Amino acid sequence: MPHDHHDHDHVHPEGLSPSGHPYRTDNDAPLSYWQRMEIAVRELLVEKGHVTPAEIAAQIDAMDARSPANGAAVVARAWTDPAFKARLLENASEASREMGFDIGPLHLIAVENTQDTHNLIVCTLCSCYPRNLLGLPPDWYKTRAYRSRAVREPRAVLREFGLDLPDHVTVRVHDSTADMRYIVLPARARGTDGMTEAELTALVTRDSMIGTGVPRQP
Amino acid sequence: MPRLMYMSDWDGRRWHDMGGQDAGPVPMDGHDFALWEKRIDALMVLCGQKGLFTVDGLRRALEDMGEEAFETMSYYERWIAAVNQNLIEAGAYSLEELAGRMDEVAQRGPTYGEAQGDG
Repeated sequence: MPHDHHDHDHVHPEGLSPSGHPYRTDNDAPLSYWQRMEIAVRELLVEKGHVTPAEIAAQIDAMDARSPANGAAVVARAWTDPAFKARLLENASEASREMGFDIGPLHLIAVENTQDTHNLIVCTLCSCYPRNLLGLPPDWYKTRAYRSRAVREPRAVLREFGLDLPDHVTVRVHDSTADMRYIVLPARARGTDGMTEAELTALVTRDSMIGTGVPRQP
Repeated sequence: MPRLMYMSDWDGRRWHDMGGQDAGPVPMDGHDFALWEKRIDALMVLCGQKGLFTVDGLRRALEDMGEEAFETMSYYERWIAAVNQNLIEAGAYSLEELAGRMDEVAQRGPTYGEAQGDG
């Protein structure tokens, strides 16, 4: 085996990549059929003049730069700026662009969690996700189990994520499409009154913006 | 019209329309994306930007693959199959060109790292 060594010095201390996903083991498994197809398709597109290697690299860099930190910045701004929050709930695409985030042509809707309402997002048909603000979706978001059950027994699904909501809290589930996607504006935790926008950003987790979690406590 | 008889037993859903169905616990394990997966995602975005095909074309191909593909192939394996199908249909390259290039790629080495090219 030409690659039987396993270096793990790139592992983040928490075991998660910058985009919030666990690292996979080294990519030295035998070349698969579908990997061969990816290489062939990419090379043919470049040779035919449809794309350039620089465009592909730039697109991957942009993808890697998108992480839940983008969404967290939007949430913290909404927590500290009532006028921005109103604009976010009115038109989340425009409000996010205002903060410099590229949302593309899609219609983004922010749904607000309150003391008595909890929102959860899903894509039952495929894997649509607010990737411009959160990065690529976690694997569980794309599973049959989550897609099937989130709309039918959301409270049971949330318990699997460690979130046991009281009966008086209404749960609203939002089913995304390719062109219309949701992001949850989580409720600001108690005891955060004196915190700055930057400090608040650190409390906002990926799952709190999907609705499968709540923000960290300070 | 035998097809209509079959349709009368059909619940109106295709396989991918799985909202509300029974299913087991949500598997919480995940992985970071490998370079070949990110490249597929990037190719999809770029092909859309350049008008070669649309996200609807991607989804049509994914949904037509059927349930067995969903159960046996990984997410980005399904995506490259769907991207390729749309590109063939769009005339971006031919099946013969694809087959020839895939054979050539296989000759470069036994791992992705050795075969990946420089793009």
